[in-house]
Amino acid sequence: MNRRTFLKIGTAAGSTLVAGSASAKENGNPEEFVGVLVDTTRCIGCRACERACSVEHDLPVPDIENDNALAAVRPTSETQWTVVNRFATSKGDVFVKKQCMHCWQPACGAACLTNAMEKTRTGPVIWHPNKCMGCRFCMVSCPFDIPKFEFHSWNPKIQKCSMCYERLQQGLEPACVGSCPTDALTFGNKRDLMEIARLRIYHHPDRYVHKIYGESEVGGTGWLYLSAVPFEEIGFRTDLGTTTYPEYTRNFLYGVPLVLFGLPALQYGLHLLSDKKDEALEAKES
Amino acid sequence: MTTMPLAPVPKRLPLRSFILSELKPKAPFLTPFNLISIPVILLGIAVLVRRFIYGLGSITNLSQDHPWGLGIGFDVVTGVALAGGAYVLAFVVYVMRLEKYHPILRATVLNGLLAYIFYAGALVLDLGRPWHVINPIIGNSFGYNSVLFQVSWSFLLYMIVEMVELSPAFAEWLGWKKARRFLASLALGAVILGVTLSTLHQAGLGALFLMAKSKIHPLWYTEFIPILFFVSSIFAGLSMVILEGTLTHRLFGKQIDPKKHGSFDDLLLGLGKGTAIALFTYYFFKLLIFLHERQWDLLASKWGAWYLVEVFGFVLVPCVMFAYAVRHRRPGLLRVAAGVTLVGVLLNRLNISVIAYNWQLPVRYYPSWQEYVVTLTVLFTEIWVFRWIVLRLPILREAHELPYPRPLESPAGQS
Repeated sequence: MNRRTFLKIGTAAGSTLVAGSASAKENGNPEEFVGVLVDTTRCIGCRACERACSVEHDLPVPDIENDNALAAVRPTSETQWTVVNRFATSKGDVFVKKQCMHCWQPACGAACLTNAMEKTRTGPVIWHPNKCMGCRFCMVSCPFDIPKFEFHSWNPKIQKCSMCYERLQQGLEPACVGSCPTDALTFGNKRDLMEIARLRIYHHPDRYVHKIYGESEVGGTGWLYLSAVPFEEIGFRTDLGTTTYPEYTRNFLYGVPLVLFGLPALQYGLHLLSDKKDEALEAKES
Repeated sequence: MTTMPLAPVPKRLPLRSFILSELKPKAPFLTPFNLISIPVILLGIAVLVRRFIYGLGSITNLSQDHPWGLGIGFDVVTGVALAGGAYVLAFVVYVMRLEKYHPILRATVLNGLLAYIFYAGALVLDLGRPWHVINPIIGNSFGYNSVLFQVSWSFLLYMIVEMVELSPAFAEWLGWKKARRFLASLALGAVILGVTLSTLHQAGLGALFLMAKSKIHPLWYTEFIPILFFVSSIFAGLSMVILEGTLTHRLFGKQIDPKKHGSFDDLLLGLGKGTAIALFTYYFFKLLIFLHERQWDLLASKWGAWYLVEVFGFVLVPCVMFAYAVRHRRPGLLRVAAGVTLVGVLLNRLNISVIAYNWQLPVRYYPSWQEYVVTLTVLFTEIWVFRWIVLRLPILREAHELPYPRPLESPAGQS
């Protein structure tokens, strides 16, 4: 619903801008979804992004020089919103940053019954502590296993990457993007990022596999990935399909009003039909 | 609910002293059930205190990969299916007007209501931030697009509907005749609404797993989960009515008019017929989905074998048992079939929510002993409340039968 409302608002805002001035149009719609392009061929596995993320969000800061964390593939956790993993591939070691994908139509947002998981109008999917009741349906629904729950707290929070929503509102980039020494991370709106990604593949057709992960996975994600090797080799699920996750519940939700209003009428009809007195009366008359 | 007129009650105890007298225990205290349940409930309370200080992780084996365990998979997802008897039976009695099932309706609805209250309680205990449970109800944050939003609303409304369905018994207990007449007049509307809401949340519990497409084993994941959940709640509920009815009959026999004892097996055999049909429908759906998805190659694995155990051993086999028991009038076999069916429903719900959930991951989830204790605590407390009510309100007996509602100052004149 958020997305649909957003689209309406976006279209309305877009047409106003067109009518208003040409320069506004050139700047693009200010409410276009933003995301980040991750070029895994550039990543050197320094994990500066992990440190920047932890510092920005008051999480325990990993000792990236000494903790030997790259030895095993790690998931994100309730104390680490982003992790870099090393994969041994057909083209040598590849480092891959992992965090929330900020889906265009997120499963977690459709799962949440209190709107605690919100797809914001600028793209980040964020969590509202004052609404969440801790049911963990977002965790069950997320195809990327991103929302993490603090099982060892009396007042547990859902922990996940927020794409530095507060920083974006101040006009800044996400903390990880600024920290990357090799420009493996590029921040921008998805339209621009797609062009950059396609251009890189076009100019270096041998360096990349000709696929941009996130272009259409689960209906498109805010974060996009380029890779030198097939994405299965670097820990991505390529069997998730291109259908948005909320779509899987649509048929059921559309059925709800039909049942709610149709079934009582049907039952009342059955009740009238099964009147034994009428039958007895008819039997007498005939 | 009952159409019998109330017996004339010339002189009743004043309400206050009546309530006080009713608060006294009405059954012996040192029974095997009490001796088992009291320590378990006390232990459960201690475990829950720990949970609210140190978090869910301190008493459960839940993890980031298995966010839902026994608390959701058994207490909520399975429990609600087993409580389905209340809506099925109410439909049969009020909508289809099959009056012969009326005598067991009240006990079934009471069981259903208590089950819902306690499963809702269990659900709240499983929430990380239960103090926000009111959020989707009071309207400051309606997640309309969430299946869970729909489920929790129809769950909540259905509990109110069940209270309305039971309210005449309450009025009879207190001897409020006019209130009883008014409340009884709401019955048909309440039942129709109740069946509708039950259809929605029984199916809705299945729909919760629609977005776990990439996590549930393909033999259990289908876009038709909501329909399978709805159909299985019919036979789960009826099987529960058969077993619960048998048990209540043995334990609270004094409450029931001896004339009705004989016809009881007839009632159960009638329910068995419906259960057999529902089971076969479900089996047919399962088969259809399996053939349509072309899942033959998935059968040759331990998951395939486990799936076959569920579908043949606990759907087709009890279906045949029910059919045989009904045809040859074998109430004993009927009860066994009901038991097998319940195990099957439990298996199915746990398979989807826990066992075949994230089946590809190397680390499995097994509930901790504390999780079992909490589940038993919820169950035992529910049985305590059920017993308390059945010994007082006219649930099993008719209002004019022994023991009296609002006893007379002199019981003479009643027989």
